[in-house]
Amino acid sequence: MREFGYQRADDVPGAVALLAADPAARYLGGGTNLVDLMKTGVEKPALLIDVRELPLDRIEVTGSGGLRIGATVTNSDLAADPEVRRRYPALAQAVLAGASGQLRNMATVGGNLLQRTRCGYFADTTKPCNKREPGSGCPAIAGEHHNHAILGASAHCVATHPSDMGVALTAFDAVVTCETADGPAELPLAGFYLPVGDTPHLETALPPGALITGVTLPPAPVAATSRYRKVRERASYAFAIGSIAAALDVQDGVVRDVRLAFGAVASRPWRARAAERALTGGPATAEAFAAAADTELAAAEPLPHNGYKVALTRNLVVAMLTELTQEAVR
Amino acid sequence: MTAMTGTVAAAGTVGASRTRMEGRAKVTGAARYAGEIPFADLAHGWLVASTIARGRVRSVESAPVLAMPGVLAVLHHQNAPRLEEFAGMLGPDPTIQILQNDRVPHVGWPVALVVAETSEQAREAADALVIRYDQEPHDIAFSAQHPGMYTPDDSPLLVTETGKGDIEAGLAASAVVVDEEYTTPEEHHNAMEPHAAMARWDSGRLEVVDSNQGPFAVAQDLAKMFSLDLASVRVRSEHVGGAFGSKGLTRPPVVLAVMAAIVTDRPVRVVLTRRQMFSVVGYRSPTAQRVRLGADTDGRLRAFDHQAASLTSTIHEFVESSAGIGRVMYDADAHHTSHRVVRLDVPTPSWMRAPGEAPGSFALESAIDELAHKCGMDPIALRARNEPAVGPVSGLPFSSRNVLGCFEEGARRFGWADRDPRPGAAREGRWLLGTGTAAATYPARVAPSTAAVTAEADGTFTVRITAVDLGTGARTALTQIAADALEVELDRIQVKIADSDFGQAMIAGGSMGTRSWALAITAAATELRAQLALPGDIPSDGITARSDTAEAIGALARQERHSFGAQFAEVAVDVTTGEVRVRRMLGIFAAGRVVNPLTARSQLIGGMTWGLSMALHEEAIRDQASGAHVNADLAGYHFASNADVPVIEVDWVDDPDTHDPTGIKGLGEIGIVGAAAAIANAVWHATGVRHRDLPIRPDRVLLAGSRGC
Amino acid sequence: MRVSMRVNGRRVTAEDVWEGESLLFVLRERLGLPGSKNACEQGECGSCTVYLDDSPVCACLVAAGQAGGRDVVTVEGLAGAAGLDAVQQAFMDAGAVQCGFCTPGLIVQAHYLLRETVDAGGPVPDDGEIREVLAGNLCRCTGYEKILDAVRLAAARKAAAAAAAAGQAEPGQAEVGR
Repeated sequence: MREFGYQRADDVPGAVALLAADPAARYLGGGTNLVDLMKTGVEKPALLIDVRELPLDRIEVTGSGGLRIGATVTNSDLAADPEVRRRYPALAQAVLAGASGQLRNMATVGGNLLQRTRCGYFADTTKPCNKREPGSGCPAIAGEHHNHAILGASAHCVATHPSDMGVALTAFDAVVTCETADGPAELPLAGFYLPVGDTPHLETALPPGALITGVTLPPAPVAATSRYRKVRERASYAFAIGSIAAALDVQDGVVRDVRLAFGAVASRPWRARAAERALTGGPATAEAFAAAADTELAAAEPLPHNGYKVALTRNLVVAMLTELTQEAVR
Repeated sequence: MTAMTGTVAAAGTVGASRTRMEGRAKVTGAARYAGEIPFADLAHGWLVASTIARGRVRSVESAPVLAMPGVLAVLHHQNAPRLEEFAGMLGPDPTIQILQNDRVPHVGWPVALVVAETSEQAREAADALVIRYDQEPHDIAFSAQHPGMYTPDDSPLLVTETGKGDIEAGLAASAVVVDEEYTTPEEHHNAMEPHAAMARWDSGRLEVVDSNQGPFAVAQDLAKMFSLDLASVRVRSEHVGGAFGSKGLTRPPVVLAVMAAIVTDRPVRVVLTRRQMFSVVGYRSPTAQRVRLGADTDGRLRAFDHQAASLTSTIHEFVESSAGIGRVMYDADAHHTSHRVVRLDVPTPSWMRAPGEAPGSFALESAIDELAHKCGMDPIALRARNEPAVGPVSGLPFSSRNVLGCFEEGARRFGWADRDPRPGAAREGRWLLGTGTAAATYPARVAPSTAAVTAEADGTFTVRITAVDLGTGARTALTQIAADALEVELDRIQVKIADSDFGQAMIAGGSMGTRSWALAITAAATELRAQLALPGDIPSDGITARSDTAEAIGALARQERHSFGAQFAEVAVDVTTGEVRVRRMLGIFAAGRVVNPLTARSQLIGGMTWGLSMALHEEAIRDQASGAHVNADLAGYHFASNADVPVIEVDWVDDPDTHDPTGIKGLGEIGIVGAAAAIANAVWHATGVRHRDLPIRPDRVLLAGSRGC
Repeated sequence: MRVSMRVNGRRVTAEDVWEGESLLFVLRERLGLPGSKNACEQGECGSCTVYLDDSPVCACLVAAGQAGGRDVVTVEGLAGAAGLDAVQQAFMDAGAVQCGFCTPGLIVQAHYLLRETVDAGGPVPDDGEIREVLAGNLCRCTGYEKILDAVRLAAARKAAAAAAAAGQAEPGQAEVGR
């Protein structure tokens, strides 16, 4: 049998030390993605360092009115947290839109950010995949890609990031905190995921051996009026083909503040900053929403079979911002 | 809250609802499936599947794997036991002539079996096994225009072509014509229980526990393949976790388990993974169907043409008989139906719930809806106008045909009369609303079976028959049938099933099981009662009567014998996101005598849910470059989850069939027939856009938008 | 490695567990509890649902080591000395069981739903809530309708029993849901 170990970490420095001693080790959170990938042979760690029991399972309101969410908080607990639901409703909705109750009970915040793409080529070790086996090629580009990326992809990989939670966190400027052998570090989520380029196997900017300890959400009053909507090929229990986290502050028909992030369109949750800039200070009308979406999506490079995502994302922007505007009026 | 359907009667008679005999075992986790029965010294086999779509195995690098912990054997084409080529239930079956030569006909073809002490060891070793191939170019691209399309010969399962009259002239003379192509994708059964088998030698007999629909047929096949006396093979299938056709034939796991038991002289269990199920247990071929209908302005059909194309593998011919449905449903002076098929480098398709009728009804019942709209007629009225008096192709009388009764009752309950026929007329927030209907039909066939009924000395009765309960409720229904036939209370009957030692019986398939088995049990019970009427006590080993229905079935009058039904669906469509939600479904069926309303209703609802799933979700996608699936798991191959399914109502109308002693027609398949068309017709009604390609995915709906609203 | 845990109230120890095994494998192959089913092995069907420290999870995606020292309840552990659990009984009575392969996981998840709602003094869950909570348990036979019936029936019986215990209910109200 392939020899590898399992060890439960006692504390954060201990976990980091264990990984430092064995670069082929992997942290194990809820396991809902890693254990699956081990079964299919995509992941072959030499050692599993179980970090799910670490005391990182709290959600706290920060002094400034933001939230600090521990890395081992389960998806279920995150979605049920009253402060999350009140301050960042889109985040709670995004989490509940993901997976099933059983998986949310096991999955953790830290693991969610690090989950791997659901691209069918990545998951099948008999096929080429630059993300799994650098240099082997990306058959999705000429093959099946109807749920692949339209933004920020490259000739080397067109996979999407599957997280729903990450889309909401991206909209709210989350900062990832981690522990490294050299001490604690912080990474804004905006810079957490690396551009695809010609290195799709390098997915995050986490320092080597770093353990995610939590996510901090800065205060954002606009987030109290936020929503997450997910479109998928079933009514539940499926990955997104398009999703949106949106927050809107409208006063007297003018957009004061807006946050927009898209899911299922890129290798990372996609913050729509160009659209936000186009909207801020302007009229809260369907025309303006559509124009802003077009601004963001001008960079889209759809493949032959995923062009619908441009229209889908655009429609979601208009629908969600219209809903939020009507809500503000009421 | 919806009212519960069905009531549970105290006495066990046919027609009364009974809870499942094995219910307690299943809700407590005590029921043991084929892969769960412990055996001393059990070894585990792990299938190794080819990763190329066409070519030859050059080498199997067994040596390093044999050195791995726990590994007992690596079987492959050079060392596996030789199999006799044999003619099974449907003739020779090359799909189970595995590990016999180096030929690779498709991705996922079995090329080796690793046997080890534990299944985890076997899996590890199978992952590590290096197989080298000589790869050849493959072709997996299905379309009706493929140059390799040919017209297959007739077979016991398929009449390839039927025709009367002049189609072209009929179309030319028609005031209204529909001429469209409809496609359905590759679909997979995905029974919840993966195929599993255990084989061992027990006192000179081959003992097999297998997940299948017909243990006697599997025993026969194994006896022939391994050159054994049938009497020295025993196959049991006590509990089967769903099948839907995928377990209707002898499948690779049981063949591999027997091979491994021969080689290792130990009990060996082989269980497929979900991914492996996509390549070795059959599936529904994609179809491309052209339907041409010509009618007068009053909707009367002058010309009817249904041409169906499907694919098969390079090693075996299976034809999805999609064009058969019009031979029963609609007549026209010019009437033509035909099938063509192409051989590609893909696995061999097989029966999947309502083979032929499921995809065929999507095309035909969509086209009928299109014709009704073009004629400015209500689609139910158009169907009523074209009700045939006799079989449109056979000219034979119908044993019973109450499709209009189904529509009448369904329309009343569904509120069809209030429907605004204009498409795109109803909106609720972001949702466009629509309703649709379609007809359903499925043959009511029967096959010879044997049964034994024993009067025990203690006053109870034991029924033995090689029936199988796939979850259908067969065990319970047969107990009711036996109780009625013997005129005793249910609790005095014990029905033993799923053991090949009980003798020949029809498999649980083709909606034929209950009728075929009921005939055999009833015959044996009748004979037993005659014996019991004679003076004398019952000896300690009881009195047993046996039946064989071959002769009786051969004597049945030739008739058009089918179940019928009417399907209704209401959908909500958001054309800005492409989402389609089914809001309610109603199915009314004329399906003969219903033995157990509780289980029957669930069978029909389950079938309709398959139709919903077929309409909106199901699609196995192949990558042209590799010839392999890209979604061969339950994350990628979607079927309806609980959240996708609305309130589904099912009921039936009287459908007495006096020509058959049982009056039973079978319910396993008809629920799916027409259901996808009813939903597609409702999507058209909601949006004004006709979706002729399944599934009606969000991207398709979004890009097609809405029209005429 | 050695994995010790409580399973269905009993302390058990599995020896020589390979680190790559799942909790599901340990339950089925080492502890003789095959009630939890292996139907997809990737958390996509819910057939292996078990309680892990009071939360239902997919046992196929729990590494064996993660279950060490914890409390596991499987379908085999739901029936008490007094007989079947209310959810098990309702699944039988309503005809919610067909092939039975999804049944054990569904029963655990439905048990959890009612524990969190009716048992906790809350209202009987509505159809939408039932469907969403059970969306992670795929069934290929029933079309889910009878499963809904079963959950409604169990919820109604529990609510009626609770009301009766509080002295507020007429006898027979348990069948309201039918």
